[in-house]
Amino acid sequence: MKSFDKEHVLGAAGVALFAYGAYQGLFVLPPEKFMSDVGRILYIHVPTAWMAMLVATVACFVAIGSLVRGGEAWDAALEASVEVAALATGMLILQGAIWAKPTWGVYWDWDPRLTTSAIMLACFAGVLALRAFVEDPRRRAAWSAVATIIAYADVPIVYFSVKWWRTLHQSFSNRETVAETMWNVVFLNWGALMLIATWLIIQRARLSLLSRPARLDESVAPAPSALVAGG
Amino acid sequence: MSLSVTRQTSLVLRKDLLLSWRGRARVVAQLSFALVTLMMFSFAVGPNSDVLSRHAGGYLWLALLLASILSLGESFRLELEDAALEGLQLLPVDPRALFFGKALANGIQLFVLGVILLPLSLVLFSTTVQFSWAWLLGFLALGSAGLAAPGTLYSAMTSRARGKDVMLPLLLFPLVVPVLLAAVKGTSLALLGDPMKQSQSWMTILVCFDLIYWSLCAILFGRVIDE
Repeated sequence: MKSFDKEHVLGAAGVALFAYGAYQGLFVLPPEKFMSDVGRILYIHVPTAWMAMLVATVACFVAIGSLVRGGEAWDAALEASVEVAALATGMLILQGAIWAKPTWGVYWDWDPRLTTSAIMLACFAGVLALRAFVEDPRRRAAWSAVATIIAYADVPIVYFSVKWWRTLHQSFSNRETVAETMWNVVFLNWGALMLIATWLIIQRARLSLLSRPARLDESVAPAPSALVAGG
Repeated sequence: MSLSVTRQTSLVLRKDLLLSWRGRARVVAQLSFALVTLMMFSFAVGPNSDVLSRHAGGYLWLALLLASILSLGESFRLELEDAALEGLQLLPVDPRALFFGKALANGIQLFVLGVILLPLSLVLFSTTVQFSWAWLLGFLALGSAGLAAPGTLYSAMTSRARGKDVMLPLLLFPLVVPVLLAAVKGTSLALLGDPMKQSQSWMTILVCFDLIYWSLCAILFGRVIDE
């Protein structure tokens, strides 16, 4: 019988929680005062933004771990977290565009947060493309970890440089600008998204490990010399 | 006897600059490429000299960015011929010295290219330096340094990957957006005048980017060439 992956519990809990949060956000809570129904995107957009930033941070720490510790498990975790971070950033941009059209009148604007997310997505896509173009597993692991750290360090610099370049975004949502009942749903959805993200990362890492060709244990295999590995 | 990192860096730098000098034909081709790119911008925008002169800084930096891909790629293509990089690694040379030497060589070449392109773009886009030559050269130097550090690190990877022609710009371009923004703004201010005294802030962004990436890339470079 096929064994049951324990992380499916996280996924199921996340989806259930998210369904409840979506029901609350779409039907139970009153429309927002200035933006009416369009404002309901707050319940998904803000949690997605937090989730994307957190998963990107996780990817950076996993990349450091992969460089320090090495090994296939760390590399699989890196591949999974970078992919989920790219997915989350893509979702964030899409939601932003949907919200921006009725509110600002345009789908796209060169606002600092929009631009930063677009550049984050381009950087993560670059890391994933690099992985696709490098065959040697040790090189792929080290190089994609290096590229992830380099890309992550860019996020605050991009944010501040674009902010100085021009700005036109809502100020950050925080406890003062958002009512308590709305805030609860935002937190609820954030928890749900984090559960789903964790589930996706574990599943993707498992898949990444399974899809690697079987090979001798690393401690047994002789270390390839620089001259041979040079190719 | 082992040499200090500074001494090693200057030796690697000297080697790379010498190689570029001996392969002058390629440097001239790169310059012509940048020049043709500059002219293409005027064709894309139209002959309106008002618009052209207002955006001269942006065109100059785009031409430099596109041309940088050529020199950055070349810097490691040479190392892979006859396994020269492995030869270097067999010497007791610090990977940081290898990085600083190669990145400095790339940065200097970009800066020289910028200095040559500058008067040409002043003529092509009919503009003059109305504010300050010192700031202008400062932005050129710091911007070139900002492109060179991550460019050298990425070139070390992509030169040994499949699809290297597309991988280097794919990784480098989104990363250097802050460099491009700050360098274009700073260059335009130096050309057109800076009544609001904004040059300082853009210089700060460039200095921060350069400090962060020159140190981060030097730390990580060893892991890139070891594998």
